[in-house]
Amino acid sequence: MNGIVPAPIAALPWRVIFILMALVGFGATVLYSAAGGHLEPWAGKHVLRFIALLVLAIAMSRMPQGFWKSITFPLYLLLLLLLVVVELMGFVGGGSQRWINLGFITLQPSELMKPAMVLAAAWFFDRLPPNRIYGIEAIWPLFLILILPSAMVIIQPDFDAAIAYAFGLGVVGFMAGLPLIYFIGAGAALAVVAPLVYFFGMKAYQQDRVLIFLNPENDPLGAGYHITQSKIAIGSGGIFGKGFGNGTQSYLDYLPEGHTDFVFATMAEEWGIVGGFFILFLYFMLMRWGLNVAVQSKTRYGKLVAAGLTCTIFFYIMINLLMVVGLAPVAGIPLPFVSHGGSSMLTMMLCVGIIMSIERHPGSKHGQFQ
Amino acid sequence: MKIEKQATSGQLDFTFSRRAVFVGGVQAAIGLTVAARMSYIAVADNEKYELLAESNRVNLTIIPPRRGWFVDRYGKPIATNRADFRVDIIPDRLVRKDETVRTLAELLTLSTDDVDRIHRELKNAQGFQPVQVAAGLDYERFAAVSVRLPDLPGVTPRQGYSRFYPSGAAVGHLIGYVGTVSAEEYQRSKKPLLITPGFKVGKDGLEKTLEDRLQGEPGAKRTEVTARGKIIRDLATRPDIPGKPVQLTIDIDLHNYAARRLGLESGSVVVFDCLTGDILTMASMPCYDPNSFSDGIGRVEWKMLNGDDHIPMLNKALQGLYPPGSTLKPVAGLAMLRQGIDPDETVVCNGGYRLGNRVFKCLGRHGAVNMRTAIMKSCNTYFYAMGRRIGYDNIAPVGRELGLGQEFSLPFPSQRYGTVPDSAWKMRKYDQKWTESDTLNAVIGQGYIIASPFQLAVMAARISSGLHVQPEILLKKRVAPKPLSFPTEHLDVVRDGMNLVVNGAGTAVRSKLQLENITMAGKTGTAQVRRIAGAQRGQSGAWKYRDHGLFVCFAPVAAPRYAASVVIEHGMGGARAAAPIAKDVLTFLYDRAQAMASLEALEAGWGGNIAQRMAAKYATFQGQPAAPPPLDPTI
Repeated sequence: MNGIVPAPIAALPWRVIFILMALVGFGATVLYSAAGGHLEPWAGKHVLRFIALLVLAIAMSRMPQGFWKSITFPLYLLLLLLLVVVELMGFVGGGSQRWINLGFITLQPSELMKPAMVLAAAWFFDRLPPNRIYGIEAIWPLFLILILPSAMVIIQPDFDAAIAYAFGLGVVGFMAGLPLIYFIGAGAALAVVAPLVYFFGMKAYQQDRVLIFLNPENDPLGAGYHITQSKIAIGSGGIFGKGFGNGTQSYLDYLPEGHTDFVFATMAEEWGIVGGFFILFLYFMLMRWGLNVAVQSKTRYGKLVAAGLTCTIFFYIMINLLMVVGLAPVAGIPLPFVSHGGSSMLTMMLCVGIIMSIERHPGSKHGQFQ
Repeated sequence: MKIEKQATSGQLDFTFSRRAVFVGGVQAAIGLTVAARMSYIAVADNEKYELLAESNRVNLTIIPPRRGWFVDRYGKPIATNRADFRVDIIPDRLVRKDETVRTLAELLTLSTDDVDRIHRELKNAQGFQPVQVAAGLDYERFAAVSVRLPDLPGVTPRQGYSRFYPSGAAVGHLIGYVGTVSAEEYQRSKKPLLITPGFKVGKDGLEKTLEDRLQGEPGAKRTEVTARGKIIRDLATRPDIPGKPVQLTIDIDLHNYAARRLGLESGSVVVFDCLTGDILTMASMPCYDPNSFSDGIGRVEWKMLNGDDHIPMLNKALQGLYPPGSTLKPVAGLAMLRQGIDPDETVVCNGGYRLGNRVFKCLGRHGAVNMRTAIMKSCNTYFYAMGRRIGYDNIAPVGRELGLGQEFSLPFPSQRYGTVPDSAWKMRKYDQKWTESDTLNAVIGQGYIIASPFQLAVMAARISSGLHVQPEILLKKRVAPKPLSFPTEHLDVVRDGMNLVVNGAGTAVRSKLQLENITMAGKTGTAQVRRIAGAQRGQSGAWKYRDHGLFVCFAPVAAPRYAASVVIEHGMGGARAAAPIAKDVLTFLYDRAQAMASLEALEAGWGGNIAQRMAAKYATFQGQPAAPPPLDPTI
């Protein structure tokens, strides 16, 4: 490098930082417009929060891989305990509660459990002797890891989180080399179980969401309103959008949650598909970076953690975007780095911080034996 | 052991790399799916969604068109539109019904009768039909509701127009009234205009039959609104196209005068321009006030109208049917002349006429009378004798030619055309032969023959002008009417007789016009309501059994221009009840000051003009229990 930039700064993972700054910056622009051309109440906070969490992520990147490995299990247990605590608080308070207010930030254990679940799975597969990968020993501990937190969030009830856990574990298991037949079998089982879950496992409002997703026009002013209005916002934006600050759908409050879950629709109305492709491109770059880190990592734990966390971020992106364009049911999942909201940003930046740490400390092939 | 494990670990690394590529591929595929879907929505369906976004953003409010005016032959307004502030309820959007109505009643100081009506209409309303809370509000009360709107979902205050009839009750039967569209009418066409608050359609009279001409084209007001309905700004507005005005042949001053002059009586006055057939006046009283009908009628007012034995809901000029009595004698006279009877031939009247063993009475002992004196004195004996000589089948066609039993092509919802009997008619209807006593009854306008006051006025117009005039209510150029089939000499004989009725020694000499150079000719009639019982003769006793009083007339005698009929229900006699009204109404045409002086003196005795008397009557009705009116009083 040249001498002007000090070495510690030059050594920062600028690639991913630029991608994130572009996403957050564009998100802030959209939030600024959604607030009617004001930094308050969303855009300003969005940027400040990102900067604070970026500092945290960079600090995390300094930690060696061994640190993460050593705290994985205690962290998992701690979060499980917190899930029980919020459940009890909700029970005592007479309603469902999902977070603990720490004053400066609200902790949502079910949210933090998503990356923790990936760490726990990677930790397990790292310890599993490779020749046992085809046996039953590779499976039941995984279920044990999954089942307790899932049970806790399902009674909250937060079905979306349970699906996210299963997805995180599934991805890690898949990358760890579990036989393909498991995944094919699980897909087949899902096709059988899904209708049963729909009819016997879901509450009425969840059933509604699925029904409305299948046919939003049936209920354009009720629960289908979200999807319909989102499609109107994207569709009316056209190729180049209506222009910055000209989005009527969000301005006049037709688009609900236009600054959180449906921020992509708010953006698309004003920036058109050009803006949409820009965001998709940034996500593509982010995913490429994450998977590259995974492939470049020399340790099994590092590979699995980087791939699993990348896919956790991807899970958010996928569900949110498919929902916003009307290809998935409405779920309360925000768009990473673009939507306003502290809890999801925290989770995303924790994921990024750990991946950055693995990028910085790829480890060595024989590290596990030293 | 260690070597085997190493190999497997390498294998897993290899698997990892392959599967990482697969995961990356899946991610890319999902990314492309989103991109494709987004492009589809935003490019292929762009037009559809742009339209939807626009219809979200823009709220289209229909501006009801202003209704076409009714003006009289001189352009004076009969029905106009008054700018007003109004408040309606859309039942669909109403949340807390009782609370909302209570708040509105407080803010708008509504009467209990109004509150009652609103509750009743709300109960029966289809969700989309607006229910009127109040119209004609002043700005303060309107503003009081407007500022409370966020707490009153379903309430819509609007600035609009309401129908106004300056003459009030005087024109009720002639013009009709307007009201909100009924559910059936809306189901038929489904036009959104019909359920726009403030939009009214004609419910009766000319308002109903001329609806298409009067309605006009609605305008549209476009506003940008938020999802919660808050208005951000006004966009371009398309103004309404008011309905076309309708000019009537009515002389509204004369019409109002006639309506007022009817006073406390139940009856009607019809005045024609006898040269053209223009209807100058068609008054029927008592009548409802179309202004209050158009605003939605209350329970008390409805009871007041419905309980009245003077039947204010009936247009007596067109729909009332009465035995015409002696007003028919000029018709019989014309028939006799046509059959070759010498008008100077006399019949001796000894107070009656014997047919077989039955004596048909005359009102007096008139001695020897010819046709002119028989008309003047209204001598029954002469007409019994001559009528019997020529037979009624020769009289009926004359009556029909003069307009009796005829229906005219007029834009009124209904007219009744009565009966002009003859032997064929009786055979058809009762399967009985026509008898000579039928002839004797019919020739003096009793028995089977019945006619409307409107037809009697047509008869007077045709006799006076000698023209086959067709009645007309819409002012327009028309072809000149053809002459009647009677020779002028025949017409002159009956006109002479009618002249003598007023200006000779006839039955209506007290109603002679007090004008220089202008005289009126006429014929009185007194029609029995029931068979004569003893000596009572329908001149006293219960109101509803008293004789009807009728009078037909024309003026000036020298060159007839106006013809009229006056029918007073149970007025006990044409000379007594009807002729004085005809005299004042015709006087009004020539000398307004004299006519008004006479009217004002009378009104002082009656307790004020029409509006004052109705208000007083309404006040006495208030507080009494009343059954609710039907939703649409015309049905």
